[in-house]
Amino acid sequence: MKGFRLAWKKFTRDRLAFTGFVIIFVLLLAALFAPVLAPYPEDTFQIHPADRLQPPSAEHLLGTDSMGRDILSRLLFGTRVTLVIAVIAVGVSLLIGVPLGLVAGYFENLFSEGIMRVADIFLSIPQVILAIFLAQSFRPSIRSVILALSITYWPWFTRIVYAETRALKKRAFLEATEAVGAGSLRTIVLHVLPNVSSSIIVRSSIGMGFTILTAATLGFLGVGAQPPTPEWGVTIAESRQFLPDAWWYATFPGLAIFIVVMGFNMLGDGLRDILDPRIRRGFD
Amino acid sequence: MNRSLLIYACKRVVYAVPTILGLLVLVFVISRVIPADPAALVAGEMATPQQVEALRKQYRFDEPLPVQLVLYLKRLAKGDMGKSLYSGRKVFDDLVDRFPATLELTLVSMVLSILIGVPLGILAALKRNSVLDHLLRGVTVAGLAIASFWLGIMLQLFFSMWLGITPLGGRIGMSVDPPASITGMYILDALLTLNGRALWSAAVHMILPSLTLAFASFATITRFTRSGVLDVVQQDFITYERAMGLPPRLVIYKYLLRNAIIATVTQIGLLFGLLLAGTVVIETVFDWPGLGLYAFNAIVLSDYQAILGVTLLAGIAYVTVNLLVDIALSLIDPRKAET
Repeated sequence: MKGFRLAWKKFTRDRLAFTGFVIIFVLLLAALFAPVLAPYPEDTFQIHPADRLQPPSAEHLLGTDSMGRDILSRLLFGTRVTLVIAVIAVGVSLLIGVPLGLVAGYFENLFSEGIMRVADIFLSIPQVILAIFLAQSFRPSIRSVILALSITYWPWFTRIVYAETRALKKRAFLEATEAVGAGSLRTIVLHVLPNVSSSIIVRSSIGMGFTILTAATLGFLGVGAQPPTPEWGVTIAESRQFLPDAWWYATFPGLAIFIVVMGFNMLGDGLRDILDPRIRRGFD
Repeated sequence: MNRSLLIYACKRVVYAVPTILGLLVLVFVISRVIPADPAALVAGEMATPQQVEALRKQYRFDEPLPVQLVLYLKRLAKGDMGKSLYSGRKVFDDLVDRFPATLELTLVSMVLSILIGVPLGILAALKRNSVLDHLLRGVTVAGLAIASFWLGIMLQLFFSMWLGITPLGGRIGMSVDPPASITGMYILDALLTLNGRALWSAAVHMILPSLTLAFASFATITRFTRSGVLDVVQQDFITYERAMGLPPRLVIYKYLLRNAIIATVTQIGLLFGLLLAGTVVIETVFDWPGLGLYAFNAIVLSDYQAILGVTLLAGIAYVTVNLLVDIALSLIDPRKAET
């Protein structure tokens, strides 16, 4: 695996991508070991009215919320909610979006045209608005958020895979594969898919960040996760009536969202540079 | 305007029709097929079983779906989007009333992000890998990672609550009468009626919401302008003109800016979608009485018809703006119309 080692070397040298990678690694550790890392793991749901709205101190590093729960502990457990939502939503979008994009890109018939028109229709409503509408139709819950995000995000994958597949079709090696007599399925899976995979990986990383932001927005608006779930957007919504006194209550969950989304975006940006040498080194 | 451009414009308009139709069908499917009982959703959480039944009859939710779809399209064609539980008025009238507030906020944010984003993007491209370029890269990457509702709350906390120099929310001061309504946009109306007091109050109320809303789109537009300019800089004709001894300044003004404008206009459609989605959040945070706040109230009260109406309006607005952008692009760059 010389290619892999070379890529890893390039990766560790890319400060931006590597920082993103470290952030996500820490996030995974936090989610995995939340019960051990959290100073008050029982505070996810247990309330202590006597300790309400304590500013950050040695006992409560990030302060407490309106129910006296430790904010740091709840943030740590929140990483689990966030990751579950984002991983499933992006995973489902991949499973729907990539095959559709491959089929629509590879075959040039009415069915392909149909797929792309449907994708366009989904993209014709801003994602947050469509997701709000969907989540409300399903009745707000974490499951609804996951469904809503999956249903609204797949067209992005379809569109990218479609465009790349169409570009590949003009290349000689695909024509050669077909001339040798390889079937469509074989050509798509063995020859097209590997060539579009770097775009898919990059899009997935950026999609994770995007999905986390949207999930938090849905939580904040009240159509997503419901209290007392320690979801970050929900926590920020709860904190609003205690401002300006309890500044820590709103500040830290927002910082958590920012750092995590930034991590995925940086990783995506960096991966694009590494996986696709054709693209000029730049920030887009 | 020559003939091929006209044909192109007509084609684009015709292409938009199935998209809008598809959008109507999509919204219909989501609202009728996903919920276990659409009548109960429309009636709201406080409704009695009798009220739910009455609604089921009124909207004919018990008919087969294709029949319902036709009825629904017929009603929409008449501008009937049902009644809002929240305001007790027709959803259509509510949307019309609240539209100017959102339009004003969106336009100001768009102008702000273009006025700041385009020059910075050009500068970053021309001074590639300079300190400014790296700094901007950081800011724009952050701009796309920050949750806008949180940014808004932080700005409120700092500027309104701690420093007390900006209002916390709303469109205009409590003690100030809104300007006489011409367009419904306070700043424009105040200018037209030469109402200084209202102008000042409306402008001050606009600062934080528009800056918050503009932040993400500013980041996007800076990135795209930068890469758009970089694409041009590396093309042969620029190298040629430089080699021919044309002053760099002339090359920048004459060739780069034109292409930068194309990159910017291309982005306006996408930007509009970002801003539109952003208004739901920003209006909620800043208590801005537009469509976004209306959508939020509708969510809180499970006012289903109202949510449906906002979704439809947002979709139609987005498709229309993108259509106009495409046509505008073909005017600036006629090559677009040929492909």
